[in-house]
Amino acid sequence: MTVIKVYVPCDSSAIAVGANQVAQAISDQAQQRGIPIQLIRNGSRGMFWLEPLVEVATPQGRIAYGPVEVADVASLFEAGFLQGNAHALHQGLTEQISFLKNQERLTFMRVGITDPLSIQDYLAHEGYAGLQRALGMSAAQVVQEVLDSGLRGRGGAAFPTGIKWKTVLNTPAETKYIVCNADEGDSGTFSDRMVMENDPFMLIEGMTIAGVAVGATQGYIYVRSEYPHAIAALNRAIEIAYENGYLGNQICGSQLCFNLEVRKGAGSYVCGEETALLESLEGKRGIVRVKPPLPAIHGLFNQPTVINNVISLAAVPLILARGAAFYQNAGMGRSRGTLPIQLAGNIKHGGLVEKAFGVTLRELLVEYGGGTASGRPIRAVQVGGPLGAYMPESQFDTPLDYEAFAAIGATVGHGGIVVFDDTVDMAKQARYAMEFCAIESCGKCTPCRIGSTRGVEAIDKIIANQDRSQQVHLLRDLCDVMVNGSLCAMGSMTPNPVLSALNHFSDDFAVKESK
Amino acid sequence: MTNFSATDHGEIETIITHRKTMPGAMLPILHAIQEKIGYIPAEAVPLIAEQLNVSRAEVHGVVSYYHFFRQQPSGKHIVQICRAEACQANGGSALAEHASSALGCDFHATTADGQFTLEPVYCLGQCGCAPAMMLGDELHARMTPEKFDQLISAKRNTP
Repeated sequence: MTVIKVYVPCDSSAIAVGANQVAQAISDQAQQRGIPIQLIRNGSRGMFWLEPLVEVATPQGRIAYGPVEVADVASLFEAGFLQGNAHALHQGLTEQISFLKNQERLTFMRVGITDPLSIQDYLAHEGYAGLQRALGMSAAQVVQEVLDSGLRGRGGAAFPTGIKWKTVLNTPAETKYIVCNADEGDSGTFSDRMVMENDPFMLIEGMTIAGVAVGATQGYIYVRSEYPHAIAALNRAIEIAYENGYLGNQICGSQLCFNLEVRKGAGSYVCGEETALLESLEGKRGIVRVKPPLPAIHGLFNQPTVINNVISLAAVPLILARGAAFYQNAGMGRSRGTLPIQLAGNIKHGGLVEKAFGVTLRELLVEYGGGTASGRPIRAVQVGGPLGAYMPESQFDTPLDYEAFAAIGATVGHGGIVVFDDTVDMAKQARYAMEFCAIESCGKCTPCRIGSTRGVEAIDKIIANQDRSQQVHLLRDLCDVMVNGSLCAMGSMTPNPVLSALNHFSDDFAVKESK
Repeated sequence: MTNFSATDHGEIETIITHRKTMPGAMLPILHAIQEKIGYIPAEAVPLIAEQLNVSRAEVHGVVSYYHFFRQQPSGKHIVQICRAEACQANGGSALAEHASSALGCDFHATTADGQFTLEPVYCLGQCGCAPAMMLGDELHARMTPEKFDQLISAKRNTP
């Protein structure tokens, strides 16, 4: 009798809705019934409304059942789910689910398919092909490959990754560093978390390639403390990589050395800003530095430092494995390649959609997202995290492209899309944006530190209808000062959600009828 | 009143000794202390300052800067409710209000019986299954007020 493979994700979102208990129940039932199964804890496919998503390997392919609760497990066995038989939770062949079928998964090509901590699985799915190729190239050639791919920073700033690398390569120093910014603090985003939990070797490989490209021998992954599962997965994957000669001295039998360590953040949103992150890694308060000097020249411990977001670094192995042209081929305009988009908030089908740039918001919200979870109309979406603009329905045909978004005062950011239905009060959301800035401001520059508090006060007065028109004028003036006078994006971009709410949803700021 | 003991003192010294040569040792030391003792006692500050050769003000500055580090002991269980946008959009604000009234304490406060400390958190990365919370080190998503009450009553009076 062949042993049937059953997959239950170990992604933290799956765990948060009961995947560990479901895995245990499946294993117990199989034992009671004397059926030998191999239970694999894979990554999540990123279809969160179906989590916990249980898959069974059949000759036709993997068949999905979800969302599975512990109480469903006995009936799944009785229905013959191990043979892929019908059941109320039967979703058909996983790869044929429309949410997945029409995606263009490059960075996420292994996610959900493999066991995140199996290096054999990783190697069997193109893992370490990029590093192998990089080791046969000169440092300058590796950097050129990344430049040619058109890859831009996926953390939100969209700065060309290859240019950062080239600057570090061309800055002579005894010690250089590779730092991965895994301080994914934007609400509505989880792509970094998914990479770290579900395909950690890809990030390790990307950072190792960066080390080879610029001559750095030490890397740090700065992960937020709110991500304990990601930290555990990375630590274990790093151990495995060391044991298998993919980290340490003489990586893959070459003369090159690369060491890697995870560092845990401590709940500061502004540490996602690269210079604040470097301060934090150095053991200081996470206060933003004045730029220049750039981190590429004077970065961690004053040494030349590549600092990139998780998704940027995770894109690198495939760019090296398949060539720059392959990656560059996808996308539109100056936004090349793919973006892992995250659908979140009040959405029927929340999850991860990786698509080439150019997909419109409407396609994402309707075809992938399926509208709101509440069934009410979508009123607003916030794209790009707490510093991103609130967009009304009239802007939903905007293609996801850095320049197209910038042209209408919006930001793609890290690719998070938070959906709100028509019960949202946009004046409250605008107030929250200022309040969040007041909580999280590092305090170094006045427009951000004081402006955010004054902003909350002004919005409170507008809501309470005290000198309303004068307060609106004041709020706009304050936003102007924050945009132009802040040191980093925290202060200069907080006006995005505030002003977009005020401009597109002005009714919410008007006198309420009940008053 | 803190219950700082000689044992704590010894443990803190061991933690510092093991980590002080790490580049950027401050955060790893603070994390290790909080993990061991549950908070960063004021008594730890001069010990860290001396071993890392920085001023006490600098150590205090770091401890007080980061939301994650607590300067007082917490309740037995820490309840962290996500207050960020994706959870707000999906019932997070109602969950937060319910948590506060069900526990009978405000955010940043501990229940009178010392069982639970209620904290806000700004994104747990569970935005595809909002709203989300953490109870101790367990993550819970697709939360409802009813589910909250079940989790809390199961946790109450457990170690």
